[in-house]
Amino acid sequence: MRAALSLSLKSSVVCAALALALPGAQAQEKTLRIAMTAADIPRTLGQPDQGFEGNRFTGIPIYDSLTQWDLSKADAPSVLIPALATSWAVDGTDKTKWVFKLRSGVKFHDGSPFNADAVIWNVQKVLDKDAAHFDPSQVGVTASRMPTLRSARKIDDLTVELVTSEPDAFLPINLTNLFMASPAHWAAKLKAVPASVAAPADRSKAAWTAFAADPAGSGPFRVTRFLARERLELAANKGYWDAKRVPKIDKVVLLPMPEANARTAALLGGQVDWIEAPAPDAMPQITQRGFKIYSNAQPHVWPWQLSFVEGSPWLDKRVRQAANLCIDRGGMKQLLGGMMAEPKGTVAPGHPWWGNPKFDIKYDVKAGQALMTQAGFSAAKPLKVKVQISASGSGQMQPLPMNEFAQQSLKQCFFDVEFDVIEWNTLFTNWRKGAKDPTANGTNAINVSFAAMDPFFAMVRFVSTKAFPPVSNNWGYYGNADIDKLVADARTSFDDKARDAALAKLHAFVVEDAPFVWIAHDVGPRAMSAKVKNVVQPRSWFIDIATMTME
Amino acid sequence: MLAYLLRRVLYALPIMLGVALVCFALVHIAPGDPLISILPPDASADLQAQLRELYGFNRSLPEQFVRWIWRAGHGDMGVSIASNRPVATEVFTAVGNTLRLAVVATFIGFVLGCLFGFVAGYFRNSWVDRLASMLSVLGVSVPHYWLGMVMVIVFSSQLGWLPATGAGPGGSDNWAWDWAHVQYLLLPAITMSVIPMGIVSRTVRALVADILEQEFIVGLRAKGLTHLGVFAHTVKNAAPTALAVMGLQLGYLLGGSILIETVFSWPGTGLLLNSAIFQRDLPLLQGTILVLALFFVVLNLLVDVLQTLLDPRIARA
Repeated sequence: MRAALSLSLKSSVVCAALALALPGAQAQEKTLRIAMTAADIPRTLGQPDQGFEGNRFTGIPIYDSLTQWDLSKADAPSVLIPALATSWAVDGTDKTKWVFKLRSGVKFHDGSPFNADAVIWNVQKVLDKDAAHFDPSQVGVTASRMPTLRSARKIDDLTVELVTSEPDAFLPINLTNLFMASPAHWAAKLKAVPASVAAPADRSKAAWTAFAADPAGSGPFRVTRFLARERLELAANKGYWDAKRVPKIDKVVLLPMPEANARTAALLGGQVDWIEAPAPDAMPQITQRGFKIYSNAQPHVWPWQLSFVEGSPWLDKRVRQAANLCIDRGGMKQLLGGMMAEPKGTVAPGHPWWGNPKFDIKYDVKAGQALMTQAGFSAAKPLKVKVQISASGSGQMQPLPMNEFAQQSLKQCFFDVEFDVIEWNTLFTNWRKGAKDPTANGTNAINVSFAAMDPFFAMVRFVSTKAFPPVSNNWGYYGNADIDKLVADARTSFDDKARDAALAKLHAFVVEDAPFVWIAHDVGPRAMSAKVKNVVQPRSWFIDIATMTME
Repeated sequence: MLAYLLRRVLYALPIMLGVALVCFALVHIAPGDPLISILPPDASADLQAQLRELYGFNRSLPEQFVRWIWRAGHGDMGVSIASNRPVATEVFTAVGNTLRLAVVATFIGFVLGCLFGFVAGYFRNSWVDRLASMLSVLGVSVPHYWLGMVMVIVFSSQLGWLPATGAGPGGSDNWAWDWAHVQYLLLPAITMSVIPMGIVSRTVRALVADILEQEFIVGLRAKGLTHLGVFAHTVKNAAPTALAVMGLQLGYLLGGSILIETVFSWPGTGLLLNSAIFQRDLPLLQGTILVLALFFVVLNLLVDVLQTLLDPRIARA
């Protein structure tokens, strides 16, 4: 009896010691919990949805692409750097062919090697309808971001040739959007699909669904748990090929929280360590409670895109420039609690595509009024303009107060601004239909914010005559032969510096001609616990979690 | 009784078909591109056409409806455009989470509503009645998403007693009825319960007041029944209607919790609908609305049956 009691006592002591030790051991594990603005976990199968928030959280951390953005600096533009490709060059004679040299020794999370076959497989997944693994659900978000890529061919294990439909110097930039998933891991998922699923397309779809729940990329984090619509858990990939980006944080938990107040409450209540886009009203409370707000000018443009169709009030360049001079951006910034940057164009001074335009976008009411007077307008004879806007929407910042503020600003320069407020998705759809479409509803400007990460999305789609609706987003039918030539020059300048110089010329021309009223640039605010260290918020839509640490 | 039940089930079938037709039509009338979640607006026209064909949106609406209803009839509600996951899995997982929340909220609402209603009705025009009535009117009048936010600010952000969002420390899939999990349920369930509490309370109060005026109550009292005995008879007579009201409330809670589930990030049907609406995910939207509408129809049917069991006069009528 005594022996039994002694054994029981010893066991209890051991259990108690273990119980005390275990939380200590768990406390050593550094877990970063992030609340995203998305309502669902962005897709994890390689090509994320949910816009660039998807790339930020389920693209870049889990996968690598051939080229990537440099996210290591907060005080310089984020530029293109090598990733899974170590170098690339266009063919000397046929400018539609590119040769990419691949990085050796890279392994996917399932242990299979990354090589030329993997690149070809990943190109085929979105471009080759006859491939067994072709996935229509990944086509839209991928093909639209690399519109000229057509095929891939293996030269050797670590060299691959990519072919475009026309000479396109933007291809290396576009390839930041093609994430490399493991073909071997997908093949294993396909093999596990029950035999009862017979049709090849259905088997492929089932394999992709299984792959999404248990994916394998080659990024600094690997997926350990996926709970649809609730949480995604990532663990550090300690064997990551880039020593500088081997994660110091052991575990990352991603939680979808679409409601800004819920995210803020979760941060203040200690449920998460990092929230995207905190509720603007809560910023002072967040900082008072010891949390840190990070922000930086993003390539995220919030403009009015102007119509150039017959009868538009914006056909006169003086009017367009006057509008750009009459917006009190400083006042608007104050309205937003400092959470915007004042634009000088689509890209900021210092950016490789800046180009020193002669027209300086600033707040100068007198100059604006003078231009309007020259154009024949006055306080007694204001110019009526009508802008299609939304009341909310992804990336739209705070469209109602911001637009009303712009309306008041422009009033002093003899603009009489009327709004056509419609639902966000409708506005987004109308954006594609153009100013001549009945959906424009008599408006002569539209307010849709956009990402300006690469040349096509930043400029070409708004200024090329080839991008008139319904082809792309040149909603206002802006453009002429001179601009098309500038675009063609940029597209066919295959040396990086020459390409940037051509884009700088294009940007300078566009700023001077003012087919937009540039109102604000988003700064992507996020709030984090002071425990999260080594945070670099680059001038990008993205941020590198791999280099962060936690106390 | 059996004939009555069969008749009720037969009545439900055309209602279900009508519901399917209306929800399909409503979803397609709504503006916006159904491929918006997977097709950026800057996608080429060729790519748009290619995806429309791949997803079957190039077919006529009647053809799309027939194909959808045929598949749904065979248990296949298609695949979510945004997530590529089967709609049925998405919907039934969310229904499970909402059911957990709705049942607890209904229970709280029913218990408190009945308590306030019976007390207020039994002690009409007293201060107890006025207090109970004030609480129930407050319950129906206060916007529940506002109440939810206030509760989050007080109990999560300020006091740190309860979690602000989520459905469990590790998500909803490993749910257990222990404190670690139940604490996630409390704030949304209490917030959700205020409307049914108010409605049940108002209904029961009126019922009790009406019943107490009836002659059989005088008879019961004349027979020498105690207050408790009379009260028990009043409860029994009020129960079918209270139950019917509660059944409807449960139906509303199953589908009508978009705001609360969004405020608390509770992964139920409300959050699912919110996400499907914003992403224009038509298969998911249609599937969720259809399942919720069918739940409502089935719930009404069950309430009818329960009422008949409690009060056989209904079947005879």
